[in-house]
Amino acid sequence: MTQSVVVQVGQCGNQIGCCFWDLALREHAAVNQKGIYDEAISSFFRNVDTRVVGDGGSISKGKICSLKARAVLIDMEEGVVNEILQGPLRDVFDMNQLITDISGSGNNWAVGHKVFGSLYQDQLLEKLRKSAEHCDCLQCFFIIHSMGGGTGSGLGTFLLKMLEDEFPEVYRFVTSIYPSCEDDVITSPYNSILAMKELNEHADCVLPIDNQSLFDIISKIDLMVNSGKLGTTVKPKSLVTSSSGALKKCHKKPFDAMNNIVANLLLNLTSSARFEGSLNMDLNEISMNLVPFPQLHYLVSSLTPLYTLADVNIPPRRLDQMFSDAFSKDHQLLQADPKHSLYLACALMVRGNVQISDLRRNIERLKPSLQFVSWNQEGWKTSLCSIPPVGHSHSLLALANNTCVKPTFMELKERFMRLYKKKAHLHHYLQVEGMEESCFTEAVSSLSALIQEYNQLDATKNVPVQDLPRLSIAV
Amino acid sequence: MSIVTVQLGQCGNQIGFEVFDALLRDSHSFQGLCSKRENEAYQTSCKERFFSEEESGVPIARAVLVDMEPKVINQTLSKAAQSGRWKYGQHACFCQKQGSGNNWAYGYSVHGPRHEESIMNLIQKEVEKCDSFSGFFIIMSMAGGTGSGLGAFVTQNLQDQYPNSLKMNQIIWPYGTGEVIVQNYNSVLTLSHLYRSSDALLVHENDAVHKICAKLMNIKQISFSDINQVLAHQLGSVFQPTYSAESSFHYRRNPLGIDWQVRPPLSGLPPLGKMSLSKDLHFNTSIANLVILRGKDVQSADVEGFKDPALYTSWLEPVHAFNVWKTQRAFSKYEKSAVLVSNSQFLVKPLDMIVKKAWNMFASKAYIHQYTKCGIEEEDFLDSFTLLEQVIASYCNL
Repeated sequence: MTQSVVVQVGQCGNQIGCCFWDLALREHAAVNQKGIYDEAISSFFRNVDTRVVGDGGSISKGKICSLKARAVLIDMEEGVVNEILQGPLRDVFDMNQLITDISGSGNNWAVGHKVFGSLYQDQLLEKLRKSAEHCDCLQCFFIIHSMGGGTGSGLGTFLLKMLEDEFPEVYRFVTSIYPSCEDDVITSPYNSILAMKELNEHADCVLPIDNQSLFDIISKIDLMVNSGKLGTTVKPKSLVTSSSGALKKCHKKPFDAMNNIVANLLLNLTSSARFEGSLNMDLNEISMNLVPFPQLHYLVSSLTPLYTLADVNIPPRRLDQMFSDAFSKDHQLLQADPKHSLYLACALMVRGNVQISDLRRNIERLKPSLQFVSWNQEGWKTSLCSIPPVGHSHSLLALANNTCVKPTFMELKERFMRLYKKKAHLHHYLQVEGMEESCFTEAVSSLSALIQEYNQLDATKNVPVQDLPRLSIAV
Repeated sequence: MSIVTVQLGQCGNQIGFEVFDALLRDSHSFQGLCSKRENEAYQTSCKERFFSEEESGVPIARAVLVDMEPKVINQTLSKAAQSGRWKYGQHACFCQKQGSGNNWAYGYSVHGPRHEESIMNLIQKEVEKCDSFSGFFIIMSMAGGTGSGLGAFVTQNLQDQYPNSLKMNQIIWPYGTGEVIVQNYNSVLTLSHLYRSSDALLVHENDAVHKICAKLMNIKQISFSDINQVLAHQLGSVFQPTYSAESSFHYRRNPLGIDWQVRPPLSGLPPLGKMSLSKDLHFNTSIANLVILRGKDVQSADVEGFKDPALYTSWLEPVHAFNVWKTQRAFSKYEKSAVLVSNSQFLVKPLDMIVKKAWNMFASKAYIHQYTKCGIEEEDFLDSFTLLEQVIASYCNL
């Protein structure tokens, strides 16, 4: 089995990361009743004998001593990381795996990428190499960051190139929080477009997420929980937004609920690689099946169910409802409309007591309402993992490579152009050493080229599928 | 005569377990109307073919388990040990950590050469344990990366290292609709390579077995476990001991020894024009049929219908194409059972479908970069397509 390292960059990245580790511990605690350090846990955690000073404390088998997250925490301000290190999860992080500064990036991609990039290059390399050395077989780096700020966006993407050069065989999966329309950071379009170029060129796979969608999901859950319509209660552990049963108990932090959704996404994404099932799906299979062309690696995710009802007298929501929900906009983590756009590929990752016949029945049922590109009419990748998430009997994560991401990118480009035409705030960027106007123009070109590729695919929609003439053989 | 089984990938290992379980369970089950001595001969023959004996008396499967990641093998080993009736050899597995990522090229070009020595050594050890070795049974899927790619590589190596032993590959044809998106590429590459090195390809389609579970067995929520058990049942009824027409006193020495490869006469075939599949395949033309009967009334069963010349291609006499094997010993508690193993046009349609889909995808070059980065180039794809079009044409021409 392989290991993965999580690199959390910036305020957003670290807050999400913190929620992720919390829920990961909760999940493994629920599955691993005997407290034995097994291969599943080792995918994200090291087992360390804390009495041993220095580096020699790693234990590879036997009872769990002390678990350390395979994580590197990076932030150019101290606030968030300090809070993590003082909170209930402090023992989970290795003090040597942090890089912090005090001044912050000022919501400026150029500061994050050029200034801090070069300043911390050696340290970053050293920490990343260390984390890789602790792994028996490192398969994937998970990078978590936001696109709109300075550190997550700038330094986070600087890292990507470094990872590609230093660890070319290891996958780079990036979870990116895109700025919503009402984003309060004025320069977020600049930061996002500059970061997009790096994602285009150096990421294997990107999961774009926007805050608005996360917010909508929370509103929907609140409505269900507080409506009391059915006179039922929702199982607290089952809420995709909750930390119930985890270490961070009563949190009043506003973004925690939203961050937990993203944390659950990452857990479900890796579940079939960590746990057993009748049809496994490893992380390298995600890239293989969902990325038909290197540039088109943006995947829209949707998670169901969002909660489980506790009242046993209510019949469990039918399994089929779960599949339908996965294709509804309410459950998506990005504002987009896949049903009216073109699918290039779709993955269904199922957990819990679901069998192949359930999967097939639902694919047959949903297929007619979805449009797949002509050369991939049967573009489904499926997996069945036996272990359900905490609080649920089954769950489904759908990952869609769909042209519906195009509007998000086009809108981002428009916001960028509105600022750029007036040269608003540009001097903050250009005064950073290494930054020139060409950085901006190249970034926009890169995005335009990507949008153009999606346009070309969209043009093939509704064109009747024709079989191509086959090779003729002389016998 | 013993068979060594090689189980590759998740599919191969999950099925392999069910096959050994079914074989052993049948050998211990109700004997039907045959005599006690008959039953003992049956049991001994079955055991010798598929199992070796350990001091403790627990039969050990003659199998090598190969996978590029550990979860499935671990599960398979423990399920076998838990049954208490049989187990796998302690050192019979080869495992890596990373998996093949559904990439045929990775399985064939990267894992294959890298682990060639270790895997072939394991197989060699298993072969040496056999007093008289008759051939290999290789279980693999076509859709994934390990079973398909590494399976093709291993089969090729077996061809080189054991050119005189029979190799039969059990291949699992994936569901038509998506288990794996690149399954058509993987299938095309697998089949074209196996065609050059395997002696016989025994095919099971997931769709077909699924239908059996749904329609004939009325299972509501069908799991892969159900599917694999049906498959194992079918394979068991083919491989368990039988008598052939020639030697009615001993159980057939070579369980795989069927004349699978039939060569058409070099002259006298009509010239082949543009291939068109619109020709109605009313008659499923065969080039070889094998019927296996087990249980009650086998001696009096009428198999004349199978000798109808209309079933066979024009350049074959039914007597050369049809075989029947029998035993009075019942299989798996069924009073009577029959199996038909057929080399016919039945698979042309599914094969054509896979080639068509793969070709359409290939034209757009989608996913090709994943293969080229592991050393499988576009020319390799074209070679594979060419070979398979020839196979389709040859079968259509029967």
